[in-house]
Amino acid sequence: MDIHEYQAKALLAEYGMPIAQGGLAYSPEQAVYRAKEIGGDVWVVKAQIHSGARGKAGGVKVCSSEDEVLAAANDMLGKRMVTNQTGPNGKLVYRLYVEAGTAIDREIYLAFVLDRATEGVMCVASAAGGIDIEDTDPDDIIRIPVEPAIGMQDFQARQVAFALKLGSGQISEAVKAIKAAYRAFRDLDATMVEINPLVVTKAGRILALDAKMGFDDNALFKHTNVSELRDKSQEDAREMNAADRGLSYVGLDGNIGCIINGAGLAMATMDMIKHVGGEPANFLDIGGGASPERVAKAFNLVLSDSSVDAILVNIFAGINRCDWVAEGVIQAMTKLDVKVPVIVRLSGTNVEKGRQILKDSGVKLIIAETLAEAAEKSVAAAKTMAVTKS
Amino acid sequence: MSIFLDEKTRVIIQGYTGKIGTFHAQEMIDYGTNVVGGVTPGKGGDTHLGLPVFNTVKEAVEATGAQASAVFVPPPFAADAIMEAAEAGIKFCVCVTDGIPTQDMMRVKRYMRSFMKAERMCLTGPNCAGTISPGKAMMGIMPGHIYMKGNVGLIGRSGTLGYEAASQLKARGIGISTSVGIGGDPINGSAFKDHLERFEQDPDTDLIVMIGEIGGPQEAAAAEYARDHMKKPVLAYIAGLTAPKGRTMGHAGAIVTTVGESAAEKVDILRKAGVGIILRPSEFGSAVEEALAKL
Repeated sequence: MDIHEYQAKALLAEYGMPIAQGGLAYSPEQAVYRAKEIGGDVWVVKAQIHSGARGKAGGVKVCSSEDEVLAAANDMLGKRMVTNQTGPNGKLVYRLYVEAGTAIDREIYLAFVLDRATEGVMCVASAAGGIDIEDTDPDDIIRIPVEPAIGMQDFQARQVAFALKLGSGQISEAVKAIKAAYRAFRDLDATMVEINPLVVTKAGRILALDAKMGFDDNALFKHTNVSELRDKSQEDAREMNAADRGLSYVGLDGNIGCIINGAGLAMATMDMIKHVGGEPANFLDIGGGASPERVAKAFNLVLSDSSVDAILVNIFAGINRCDWVAEGVIQAMTKLDVKVPVIVRLSGTNVEKGRQILKDSGVKLIIAETLAEAAEKSVAAAKTMAVTKS
Repeated sequence: MSIFLDEKTRVIIQGYTGKIGTFHAQEMIDYGTNVVGGVTPGKGGDTHLGLPVFNTVKEAVEATGAQASAVFVPPPFAADAIMEAAEAGIKFCVCVTDGIPTQDMMRVKRYMRSFMKAERMCLTGPNCAGTISPGKAMMGIMPGHIYMKGNVGLIGRSGTLGYEAASQLKARGIGISTSVGIGGDPINGSAFKDHLERFEQDPDTDLIVMIGEIGGPQEAAAAEYARDHMKKPVLAYIAGLTAPKGRTMGHAGAIVTTVGESAAEKVDILRKAGVGIILRPSEFGSAVEEALAKL
């Protein structure tokens, strides 16, 4: 789960991360009110969306008058902001964060991420902040593995701070900020804390100018203060809908809808489609069980994507039997108005019985026996359908 | 022989009296697994499925001599259950539970490493289908009948894709010595490499098939191990050719975040290490048949 910048800053501040004074606004008038409240003569108006690279998309504006704050807020609110991370539909801006402007001396990159190689936490930092870390020369990136059973030690935070070539006056403040980010990561079961940039102000202070946090969905049960920060308006409607029904869905660009049980088999089936010249429209894992209800929900979900020209159902029935899965497919097909060809491949327990039920049902289905056959038939059917449609 | 598990291995079930634990315990017993009891805190002294229930793993081990444990405990309590097994002297643990917090697993791994190597438990999973030595015993949730007994070792992250491979082998009359599910989470109890090592030493395994996927460094580590330490042929399939970067594909662990984690890159690394590549998931059967013919 991701959260907004202002939420991440509030959480991090509780752990001792220095942040600028700021406030939330839902309307242009409120934005001006916030600016007045903060005082000073420079403010930054920031669109709150679950995405980085907001600056390039016009989501971060430095303002030096109340009129400018009003104009910036007017411009951003209600807009669907498209960045290189949001996809073509963009994300709706309905909250703004107004922050006191900061005179910046230096920008630094600081992050904590899960590291699968060490099965621990990795502190990642770079003296060149404010940009995409992926574009940074790998030699310029500082990586310090943190042993999660022990936690981040002062000497490690100092190593990071000195490697960032911070002045001696800033080391202790930087150590405090680095450890704050680590403790928030650990205590809240985060998967990522990214502060980009962490800045040294002209006055020589350390300040988190932006903050991003991601959390382990499996650990949200421990942290109600985090789970209540979920903003559904920022999530893909179809994926969220699927997740709420116990299905795992990822939309893709192709035209062959996939309904499969098990993540590995789903990926393998999509690969097979690609190998024989097709493109999958989605990843969809309906879970090991593949009950008739789930199959029906899966059909609904896949059919909600108008670019789907054929649907491939590939179920490996283990503990649940193929005859039962076949009944589920037929139930779903009779209830729903499916206008595209459906290819079904069953395997596992009672496969013969399952295929017989499909054949005897009278429901129009294309039955495949092997994975290769299923992929080939799907690609062929989708091609025919696409031609008919156009 | 087989690795980890045969018909004599004394197995307990953690989360024994729950609905899921009960169902799969019965399946395991029916398959011929030597289940000797189970653990459900607070239900010690009861009898369930004709076998004793214990409050703690320690009591279960003392009373039954259990060597292996299958964990069916819900996600918030599963890490604790695994550590309890490790402390009680269980040597092999299968954790089926899906949804354990990643930082919980970090602690589990640290705890397991605190034991001397000879006493250290081997954990497979979490979020795995389990381990089966066909014709002998199974621990997990797989349908036992799709596996045939034989000389191929199978290691995989995914449950149903492993079933697919096992069925393709069976259709060609090829059997399996042991199939090990290592799970789809970002942090696994054990990795491909650990099991390659065991299969290399198992006299009844002649060839190993590993079924990997996008995300994480462990296929690359396995490639290096196979190149440097193995005489037996290894074949590999990597799922997720079509997976876009930065998107989680069902398994929490199936996400490409850094260089070397995509399917194409992993295939390249494995091929360079001399591992045979199964390009298409429809070719498990034919590829293994061909490789066995060359032995």
